[in-house]
Amino acid sequence: MLAKRIIPCLDVKDGRTVKGTRFKDLRDAGDPAELARIYCEQKADELVFLDITATNEKRRVLVDLVSKVAAAIDIPFTVGGGINSVDDIGLLLGAGADKVSINSAALDDPKVLADAAKCFGSQCVVLAIDAKRSGNGWHAYKNGGRTSAGVDAIEWASMGTSFGAGEILLTSIDADGAKKGFDLELYRSVASAVSVPVIASGGAGTKDHFLEIFQECDADAALAATVFHFKEIEVPALKQWLNARGVAVRM
Amino acid sequence: MRTAIVKYNSGNVRSVKYAFDRLGAETVLTDDPEILRTADRVVFPGVGEASTAMAYLRERKLDSVIKALRQPVLAICLGMQILGRTSEESNTACLDILPFAVRRLGGRGIKVPHMGWNTIHDLASPIFKGIADSEHMYFVHSYYVDLCSATIAKTGHGQTFSSAVCHANFYGVQFHPERSGPAGARILENFLNL
Repeated sequence: MLAKRIIPCLDVKDGRTVKGTRFKDLRDAGDPAELARIYCEQKADELVFLDITATNEKRRVLVDLVSKVAAAIDIPFTVGGGINSVDDIGLLLGAGADKVSINSAALDDPKVLADAAKCFGSQCVVLAIDAKRSGNGWHAYKNGGRTSAGVDAIEWASMGTSFGAGEILLTSIDADGAKKGFDLELYRSVASAVSVPVIASGGAGTKDHFLEIFQECDADAALAATVFHFKEIEVPALKQWLNARGVAVRM
Repeated sequence: MRTAIVKYNSGNVRSVKYAFDRLGAETVLTDDPEILRTADRVVFPGVGEASTAMAYLRERKLDSVIKALRQPVLAICLGMQILGRTSEESNTACLDILPFAVRRLGGRGIKVPHMGWNTIHDLASPIFKGIADSEHMYFVHSYYVDLCSATIAKTGHGQTFSSAVCHANFYGVQFHPERSGPAGARILENFLNL
């Protein structure tokens, strides 16, 4: 049976993790490969690295980081942030990333999704959607949630997958950071519009929030950052707790 | 002992090499026919699209080199699929080493790609030594190999399919042992010890 995935997300800037963590057993708290190794030992199912530098001249630093992480861990990982072209994607996959996530570039020109899927297969093309409530629906945002792309998030999810995205990383801008739970309504709307897996992101604060998104929405995967980095929720304990409540997880 | 990893336009060659490096294996990433022929083990990775991969192999005449290999060969994901006769992905004629056809996953409510950690069952090969039935492996694919005489492990996603096959010296796994934690590493180690 396909397990529900728990995915810690690491923000990186200039090749170092930012936001800080409370892992005492780290030799170097800023080293993404080191933090990745710990999550890997804790049986995290996957990792996401979001590069918040994302300027062209820093791209080399990210590629070096990706090879370092790929050498250190034996679970899959996704890299996102500032990816604009098939060349960018080729470099990151070539360095050992399993998947890349694309947001703004796809909103500017969805063809990048089709080109990437043709070259590397849909399975490594993740469409990241940052959605914010607007009236009765949601709009897709770009540039780290700063600019509305003026498109309906649900329609965009459906269009993005028809262009070739093999997975959606869905972040609720409204729920993000509030620790009041994932936006279940947003998740349901997107998941029912597409046939690819959808990762829920934004709003995790307690173990119950994970249970909610898995049981009430049958979500494929849930992503969080702060609660894991600050050990408010630890991955092994979370998985045991979910398992005891009937959620299929990899122990 | 030398393990050659077939170098071609596949996304995951680097992570496959890293996984063998972690086991302390001597590996070489190559498309040189002579090195492939004389290696003790050959690994044929694969992430990507079937017709693109086959065109690449044919252009470099690697298709006939792979077919003629006599040492243990481990084909991963798309690598396993193109060991077969044909693939529904872009209606591709494949290597025809094993007698199966590759079909597209699907069905009501079934998410495609099949992505994430799923369990493997009915394990029937020395490459699964020390691996428990129902162990989780990492899968990411949209096409599958039907159950056939070469099946050595099964997994369910919509339908039950071959998550591993073996015929003579050719082993194929649909999941990614290089990205499947300690259990995946054990399978790679078992392959080296065949």
